[in-house]
Amino acid sequence: MNDLSTYPSAVPLLAILVSAASVPLIGISARRPNLREFWTLLAAGAKFALVLSLLPSALANRVAETRLFEISRGIDLTLRADAFGVYFALIASGLWILTSIYSIGYVRGLKEKHQTRYFASFALCLSATLGVAFAANLLTFVIFFEVLTISTYPLVIHKQTPEAIAAGRKYLAFTLTAGVVLVAAMAAMAQLTGTLEFQPGGLRALQELSPVEVKILFGMFLAGVGVKAAIMPLHAWLPAAMAAPTPVSALLHAVAVVKSGVFGVVRVVGFLFGPETLSRFGLNEVMLWLAGSTILLASCLAFAEDNLKRRLAYSTVGHLSYVVLGAGLLSPSGLIGGVLHIANHATMKIVLFFCAGAIYVNAHKEKISELDGIGRAMPWTMGAFALASLGLAGVPPVNGFVSKWYLGLGALEGGSVAVVAILLISGLLNAGYFLPIVYRAFFKQSENFNSIGEASAWMVVPLILAACFSASMGLMPDLFFHFFTLAERIAAQILEASNP
Amino acid sequence: MIEANLPLLVPLTFLISALVIPLIGLRVPGAAYPLALAAVLATIPIAGFGLYRVMDGGPVSYTLGGWEAPIGIEFVLDPLASFLTLLVTVVSCLVLIHARHVASVEHPDKQVPYYSLVLLLLAGFCGIMATGDLFNLYVFLEISSLAGYGLVAIGDKRSPVSAYRYLILGSVGTGFYLLGTGFIYVMSGSLNMADVARILPQILDQPAVLAGLILMVTGIGLKTALFPLHFWLPDAYSSASSVSSALLAPLGTKVGAYVLIRILFFVFDPAAVEQRVPITSVIAWLSAGGVLYGSLMALAQQEFKRMLAYSSVAQIGYIGLGLGMANPLGFTGAVLHILNHALMKAALFLVAGNLRVQLGHSNIAAMDHRLSRQMPWSMAALVVGALSMIGLPPTAGFFSKWYLVLGGIQGSYWVFVGVILLGGLLNAIYFFRVVERVYLPFRRGPSNQAAPNGGQEVVENREARFSMLAPTLVLAGALLALGLASSFLVNRVIHHMIPAGL
Repeated sequence: MNDLSTYPSAVPLLAILVSAASVPLIGISARRPNLREFWTLLAAGAKFALVLSLLPSALANRVAETRLFEISRGIDLTLRADAFGVYFALIASGLWILTSIYSIGYVRGLKEKHQTRYFASFALCLSATLGVAFAANLLTFVIFFEVLTISTYPLVIHKQTPEAIAAGRKYLAFTLTAGVVLVAAMAAMAQLTGTLEFQPGGLRALQELSPVEVKILFGMFLAGVGVKAAIMPLHAWLPAAMAAPTPVSALLHAVAVVKSGVFGVVRVVGFLFGPETLSRFGLNEVMLWLAGSTILLASCLAFAEDNLKRRLAYSTVGHLSYVVLGAGLLSPSGLIGGVLHIANHATMKIVLFFCAGAIYVNAHKEKISELDGIGRAMPWTMGAFALASLGLAGVPPVNGFVSKWYLGLGALEGGSVAVVAILLISGLLNAGYFLPIVYRAFFKQSENFNSIGEASAWMVVPLILAACFSASMGLMPDLFFHFFTLAERIAAQILEASNP
Repeated sequence: MIEANLPLLVPLTFLISALVIPLIGLRVPGAAYPLALAAVLATIPIAGFGLYRVMDGGPVSYTLGGWEAPIGIEFVLDPLASFLTLLVTVVSCLVLIHARHVASVEHPDKQVPYYSLVLLLLAGFCGIMATGDLFNLYVFLEISSLAGYGLVAIGDKRSPVSAYRYLILGSVGTGFYLLGTGFIYVMSGSLNMADVARILPQILDQPAVLAGLILMVTGIGLKTALFPLHFWLPDAYSSASSVSSALLAPLGTKVGAYVLIRILFFVFDPAAVEQRVPITSVIAWLSAGGVLYGSLMALAQQEFKRMLAYSSVAQIGYIGLGLGMANPLGFTGAVLHILNHALMKAALFLVAGNLRVQLGHSNIAAMDHRLSRQMPWSMAALVVGALSMIGLPPTAGFFSKWYLVLGGIQGSYWVFVGVILLGGLLNAIYFFRVVERVYLPFRRGPSNQAAPNGGQEVVENREARFSMLAPTLVLAGALLALGLASSFLVNRVIHHMIPAGL
């Protein structure tokens, strides 16, 4: 059942390159916006189709592999579309289509400047994200991880206001430092174990190291990928990065960049260190502590934010740690829950960001306290907002419930009641900071929004689609793209390989 | 026939053209540039063939005048020498293509002596690489140094002063080297490198031999600008003309690094020396200091070329660190960094040249976001160069640092690993300072935001001409390509350079 076989294929490489190839086309079409947006949509569609074509073989435990050339002694630049990689790539490339459509409505609605740079950087980011997803070894992973860091920078500073520039500096300070720590950890790994290949269940060679070495190494890795995963106290860049345009926050700060971080955490836990090594040295306890406190603290901090996007950002910080928590539980259901939450949080949070952007474009409001009665003016938008908020609080039948349920099961399997308590409290806190917004929007009166209606269809349709997607994934987790089966497969790969 | 003469061909071509240029140039001043370019172009295939030949069939040796070594002067082309010779010829060719317009703007009346000096400098550089004789190396060192002083002196108003300083300190450096060579000669009775290397193990306990080594390393350290012997470099590089600094900064210090490698690793046995005097450790620690000092000083500079000069001090520190680790991975990183730094520094100095010619200055404080539209390609090259200097993948700069970090971990030099990584972050700060200024409307935010109609303000195109832009972009492209090809280089070329003693 679990025997992986690889076959050579160029599809993973093509899936990565297709959006990078659209960058020059976007560049030369700078004066013809319609043609330029056509390239973006074409690239997004092609990318998704390519990733989708990898799904059947990933489900059949046959892994498409592109082995390019050697980049360091004994290490090839290798791409491997295993279940986890395909899972993440599907989410990122699928939501890129929605975000591209939404972006067109957004940047045109606001008459943003530098639209060419915007769409070009976006395409490059997606190439890097898929590279992160398909990386078969640590060096390949780090290369794409760093490309992602750099290609996101122009999007963070897009507005070019002093605030955005300051946010860009903060972003670079955090992510470049993390990159350096990651490189050091990777070099140490190469020297100590002689391999950088990701293996389901982790590297055997690590078990021969001394406890101190393993602990330091794991700490460096966790810090290296933890910045993008916004594990507290490494999260401060994320709320600041909300200075970026909303579609950027939607795709990059809810899906691609931050999810690359938690993806990295799961890769490091499941494919580098392995459950056995982690539990032997008690390192998963550390993860649980970090993730648990991040979940609670971030939820509390979200209450204090009146700026809608910043509240969403703190909510993201909390929900990212659900994934870290799931990885730290090291039990089958916990891993399934954590992995599922990568997709579920993505679809829900992207709805919320899309809503925030639609409100900003139409009503020019960024503060929650100014949203009284907006639900009557924009019923579809705020309806979707309400649905996604309930989902993040863990209310069935939205998909957030499914991942929380599995996380809870995983916690009980591992016998940690504290984790269950954290999940329950966090659900309440989520409801506590989201539902007042819904209440304001629908039940409070104000004259502010009499003259406006829904945003353009370019923006409303993607957000409704994403909301429907969230709801249906809650009812039937395996309906689209077999996300649930993939999550099961990933958990099984990690756990069975370590207990043969 | 040609194969036997290979070691001498490149330096000889340069030397002869350096002498021919003034002769013809006195009558036809316009011929100086074509002659210089032709000479450099001619040496690239020779150097390329040399590298191919050496990789294929091992080192080539040539004895001058048929006098057998150790009596006569031997020229040897081994992997290290042939590789760096090719690097020198390629980089200088790109710089010369760039130089045609720059030199005619910056010092139009000095073309003939200028190109003659350039070729003399290159003759010195390639002679240093090719020679197998300690004293002959001194001769070529002096040739390149004297040409270098002349090149630095042709520049702005301050340049004669910095050239004079460079002259005094450079002469002290070569003087130290000569003194050291004398010590070795007295003790071993030979000047031929291979011969000395054979004799040394028997006499290594003599204090005079070790003193000779220390004198030589100190002298070369001065020429290489190894921290803390770097103090001549920032002035010399920043006040020299753009062409001179684009030649001297990427290549001059690299040749010094080559001599250091040759003497420390090929003439002497580093492990045997280390038991008596901790010379590689001292180099490593000083280099670590250089990385931090150079980076911090670069942060404080307001002038782009001066910033690059201090950044050179830091980057030479990386090379020194790799050598000081004295293990194969560190050595690989150091040699790879010699290549990468030569290319990225050349690219950045060419950008500085473009700025000087097109704007009349390269003052960071006077740059603003219009520059990214006025000179889009030059600024793109700046960004690629900066990413490589910081050491971000997939640019070349990442891979040399990667090998250096691997070497540091292999030898458990945790402090050095920390310094290498911290240096990268400091690089990020001082380069993003420039990149931000060039691309972002600095402290103008709201007024710019209010610009009407999407606000595409009209900016005139001030991009450098093609002859200047092409070499800049070729170098920037090479940084991307070499990053991906670094493993090929390491396995096929650098692997064969690693000295037997490591």
